[in-house]
Order: sequence, then C-alpha cells, then structure tokens
Amino acid sequence: MDLSAVAFYLFSILIIGSAAIMVFSKNIVHSAFALMFTLAGLAAFYALLYAGFVAVTQLLVYVGGILVLILFGVMLTTRGYFEKVRTRTVNLLPSTIFAGIIGMLLIAVFVTTKWAMNPMEDGEVTMTGLGELLLTDFMLPFQVAGVLLLLAIIGAVLMAARSHPPQQKAGSNPQNAGRSPSGEPPES
Amino acid sequence: MVLPEWLAEPGLNHFLVVSAILFSLGLLAVISRRNIIMVLMGIELILNSANLNFVAFSRYGLLSIDGHMIALFVIIIAAAEAAVALAIVLNIYNRFGSVDVEQISELKD
Repeated sequence: MDLSAVAFYLFSILIIGSAAIMVFSKNIVHSAFALMFTLAGLAAFYALLYAGFVAVTQLLVYVGGILVLILFGVMLTTRGYFEKVRTRTVNLLPSTIFAGIIGMLLIAVFVTTKWAMNPMEDGEVTMTGLGELLLTDFMLPFQVAGVLLLLAIIGAVLMAARSHPPQQKAGSNPQNAGRSPSGEPPES
Repeated sequence: MVLPEWLAEPGLNHFLVVSAILFSLGLLAVISRRNIIMVLMGIELILNSANLNFVAFSRYGLLSIDGHMIALFVIIIAAAEAAVALAIVLNIYNRFGSVDVEQISELKD
C-alpha cells in the first residue's frame, strides 16, 4: 500500500464525510463550511490524478470564490442571529431511498463496465500544453466563456442592484400588505 | 497485513465510485432540502462529481488532455452560474421575505 493509496483513502473519507455533513446538517452555515472541505478534498483528488492546473483552479475558483459567494448569500438572507439559521428538510425517507437507488445504479454501471484503459504518464499534461490547446483547439469555447463571464457579471450586478425592499412595496400598495409569507417585514 | 489487490492500488473504479456517492448526496440535497442556498450547494456537489469523472477518465481512460480542458470549462460555468443564482436568491429574498422554495410560487404580483 503505497502513499498514493493512503492519500486516496484519506481524502475520499474527507470528501464523502463532509459531503454527508453538508447534506444532513440542520445549520446552513455548517453546511457551507462542510462544502469547503469537500471542495478542498476534491482539489487533492485532482492533484492525485495528475491534473495540477485543475486542482489549483478548483481551489481558487471554488474555495476562494463560489464558497464566499454562498456564504454571502447565507448571511444576507438570514434574519437575526446565527443560532436561528435552521432549514427545513422534507420527505427525508423517500428522497434518501431515491438517491440511494440512483447511487447504487451508478456504482453498478461504473464497476461492471469494461472501460477502455490508456493510463497517462506523470508529466504528460503540462501547463504549456494546456495553454497551447486553449489557444488552438479550444479557441472558440475560450472566447465564448469570456463573453459568458462578462454577461454573468453584468446580469448579476443589474439583478442585485435594482431590488426593491418589500416594506416600500407594501407601503405604496396596500393590497399587497398581507402578502409577505413570513407575516413580518424582514428588516426594520 | 495482506490487502486484496483491488484495495491496494486506487484505479479508475475507485474514483468513479467516489463520484457516484457525491452525485447521490448532491441529488439528495437538491430534492430534500427546502432552502434555496442548500439546493445551490447540492448543484455544486453534482457539478463537482461530474468534474471528478472527467479528470479520472483523462487520467486512466482514452480522454487524455481534453478531459482537463472540459473540467476547466465546467468550473468556469459553475462560477457564472453561482454568481447569477445568488443575485436571483437576493431578489427573491427581497420580494418574498423568505428563501423557502415552497413559498416561492408566484411569478408576478
């Protein structure tokens, strides 16, 4: 049992354990932090699979960007203090059975299929190769991804900037005063 | 201690099994939790399991460096999706005062 096998089992325990904590935790802040450990463990998996650049990108974009966005979302959409940050779980038994069946089927298909194997040597994928591929074969997706990111930034800024607080709406339009499902204005 | 051969050396199937477990956990988060942000985190988990499959197949299978490129593009699109989705969540919270997906049932007032 060499070092890569030990690392594989350690990181798989980390990934699956923290993903389970993320799914089953009642506190959404705990879920977000468990997601951080899952994403960091996946970055270690990418490094084990000789994909160093993907691992670094995963750490930068997911752990440094998306997770911070999610935490901002959690903190901006919760009222009061953090001991009240609870979320509901519905249909736990049927959905667990459904997800378990899907997972079993996937594992059965993955294990029984004879995959065409062509193992990669260490050092076969370099940053130089990735960069050259990005500017030759993947030129069009690269440019389209740039345009997509620009559109996403503009769209997110526009959507987040023109939001109206509900108490203004309720004050200007008395019909909608009782519409708020929580029954109380979110902020005073 | 003598380990069986399939346990000693992690191969393609090991990574695929981890990715299948991650996928089913993400699916469970999407269909059983009622907070929008939990649903988003489940979607991120599903995207990551697909990414792990791409990278594992490019390490062991026929999908050589192309798998890395596809994984990079998946990460880019997940970032764009998370930014837009969080803006939508903030709008929904401002309008409905809640992020419970069962209470968001109106398209306009």
